[in-house]
Amino acid sequence: MNTASDVIVVGGGHAGLTAAITAAERGRRVHLLEAAPRHMRGGNSRHTRNLRPMHDSPVPPMEGIYSFDEYLADLIGVTGGKTDPALADLLLKKSASSIEWLSAHGVRFQPPLSGTLQLGRTNAFFLGGGKALVNALYHCAENLGVTIEYDARDITLRIRDGSFEELTYNDGNRLSARTLIAASGGFEANLDWLGESWGSAAANFLVRGTPYNRGTILKQLLDAGMQQVGEADQCHAVAIDGRAPRYDGGIVTRVDCLPLGIVVNRDGQRFHDEGEDFWPKRYAIWGRLVAAQEDQVAWTIIDSKADGLFMPPVFEPESAGSIRDLAAKIRINAENLQKTIDEFNAAVIPGAFDREALDDCRTGGLEPAKSHWARPIDKPPFRAYRLKPGITFTYLGIGVDEKARALRQDGQASDNILAAGEIMAGNILGEGYLAGIGMTIGSVFGRIAGENA
Amino acid sequence: MKTAANLEALRVTKICNACRYCEGHCAVFPAISRQLTFDEGEMEQLAHLCHQCGACYQHCQYAPPHEFAVNFPRAMADVREASYPTVAGTRFTVISTIAGILLFASLVTLHAGPGALIGDTLDFYSLLPHYVMAATFGGAALLVLAAWWFILSAYWRRTGSYRRLTPGLLVRAVDDAVRLKNLGGGHGDGCYASGEQPSLARRRFHHLTVFGFLLCFLATGTGTFYHFALDFPAPYGLVSLPKLFGMTGGIALLAGTTGLLRVRTGLDPAIAADPAGATASLTWLLLLTALTGLILPFVTTGKGLLLAVHLGIVMALFINFALGRFLHGLFRLLALVTDRAGQEAVCR
Repeated sequence: MNTASDVIVVGGGHAGLTAAITAAERGRRVHLLEAAPRHMRGGNSRHTRNLRPMHDSPVPPMEGIYSFDEYLADLIGVTGGKTDPALADLLLKKSASSIEWLSAHGVRFQPPLSGTLQLGRTNAFFLGGGKALVNALYHCAENLGVTIEYDARDITLRIRDGSFEELTYNDGNRLSARTLIAASGGFEANLDWLGESWGSAAANFLVRGTPYNRGTILKQLLDAGMQQVGEADQCHAVAIDGRAPRYDGGIVTRVDCLPLGIVVNRDGQRFHDEGEDFWPKRYAIWGRLVAAQEDQVAWTIIDSKADGLFMPPVFEPESAGSIRDLAAKIRINAENLQKTIDEFNAAVIPGAFDREALDDCRTGGLEPAKSHWARPIDKPPFRAYRLKPGITFTYLGIGVDEKARALRQDGQASDNILAAGEIMAGNILGEGYLAGIGMTIGSVFGRIAGENA
Repeated sequence: MKTAANLEALRVTKICNACRYCEGHCAVFPAISRQLTFDEGEMEQLAHLCHQCGACYQHCQYAPPHEFAVNFPRAMADVREASYPTVAGTRFTVISTIAGILLFASLVTLHAGPGALIGDTLDFYSLLPHYVMAATFGGAALLVLAAWWFILSAYWRRTGSYRRLTPGLLVRAVDDAVRLKNLGGGHGDGCYASGEQPSLARRRFHHLTVFGFLLCFLATGTGTFYHFALDFPAPYGLVSLPKLFGMTGGIALLAGTTGLLRVRTGLDPAIAADPAGATASLTWLLLLTALTGLILPFVTTGKGLLLAVHLGIVMALFINFALGRFLHGLFRLLALVTDRAGQEAVCR
């Protein structure tokens, strides 16, 4: 039995590393268990690119101000109010020091990536993306003497009355410590568990990130009587190209042209307002929307007016000179598709198209409406991308208090189990998403967990 | 008919263009995002714009063993290969060096007799007259310039001639080249070719090498000027421009190339393969030129041999100027010019 550590951190992504570093800086001996092999360490954090910090003055490279009030309003807006008020308050306020913390630990920032200019004020982009951040934090953790083990799997926790006692991993290795920090992600790679709430649709989900987030720690914590927050079918899921790999496709498979055209299902029918709001506030619901369609199939259709207005995914679209030919290529009923396009085009009320603003190009008398960026789809070549739900991370998680301590079902905080990152993001995100808030949750609650370990 | 290197470069740039996380690291990724696809000439320019710093490889979530297998620096290096008239690797360099040494050993023997190679001498010109040195290297220099004219004008036609150039643009490109801006990682902490942490070693040793090289060039230049224009032949005292430039330049060159070779041993092989030894050849030629040149004034016994060795190495170096890896600096400079023009075209 190895009892050389004060703190065991399960999960070596952004949240786990932040917790480990914070605890180590406070003199704790930390042992970090990462399920993946070294080349895939960091969980979903490898695929991220930014976080969303509150700031009352310009913090380079962000320009302008993103006040607490505006941030909170955005959060309430996207979650429909389904967020823990005290934890949201804590998150937003402590997010103001995230950039400083990350910079001090070797993470560098850059101006917003081309194609993401609307995020320049609110989001800070990592120079080199999430993997650069992960590398910097691992380097820090190593320098601080954190014991890091890769390929640490089959973890079995022993918890009694809400207290962590010890764990075993990898064929019987035993590890014990005063405190356990659970930062092992959601259960998005566990299609069986997803199937419990999504049914057979789950078989058609693609997992955007790490195949290692199967929710084994989450399940054990729930089974041991820790409090559940969030619903099993709530998640961050985007519409990705149907040709993406089953796991780990990341950002390049995301399709970002949805607001510029229309989205139809297998029957050629539209089913949601493509222009509801700015893409960073809406992109993360489209996965669920596509998941709800027959066979989880949808197509985004644009005309040549959209060329150059969005970051292209890595796959080529289906392309045709007419709607009929396009329908044949993508095997949608041509009559249905033509009718949908004609009805859409007829309903478009001309306005001044502005990609950067909530413009006045909308439809009238159409169900569902398209509230912004509505232009007739009439200029060939017409292009279509097949969409599938790509799940990023799940929201069902562990309830925590303001010290990141896991709550028991009776509402009492565990004395020695803390949680950070995706595994507790559901406390903040009852539904919906704000671009960059995932990494913010990891940054803030990782630090809080480390401070209380 | 696209080459394998070109097809692979197109494949990875398409993935990079859909990701773009590396945009802050260097000039290449912003350049890529200005277009969606690239013809051979454009890809060749991008490949030389890449300074092989490795940041994008260390930070790539799609690097092998991911199924997308993106190794961007390697893809660019493979495209760059085709720009060189010949590989000019270890074997080529050893042969040209031996040939050069034999040439000058013969010339010394012809001029000063068979014992001259191993005998005691203090005076260079008793071994080989100035006019022989001037003629051989003057001639070699003209050949180098001619080679550059042909090679670089063809390269420019392929990669950049469609751009409108202005003096300001050239100044800014030269500035990027001289400061090795693209070896800074984007954050100024250096390049990642040795591993996951940035280091300025490669940039600094490169600067030292170039500085030393230019000083040596100035040493020869001032010496030539003194000889022909001022009727003031060598040998020059220690406190003279040729000597000061030469000694400082030689030491800087020696230190810079030694440093570069040491950095080279630490380079991640996934990024910086040099299978034929082409890059190592250039570095070694410069190093040995400096080493032999620095020792030469202090040697009396066997000065003839050492002089033949030194001049032979320099001749091999001239051949490298014309045909070998030395061209990388010129290809890269022109790529930076084209890139500046591309950036400013967008801004207009």
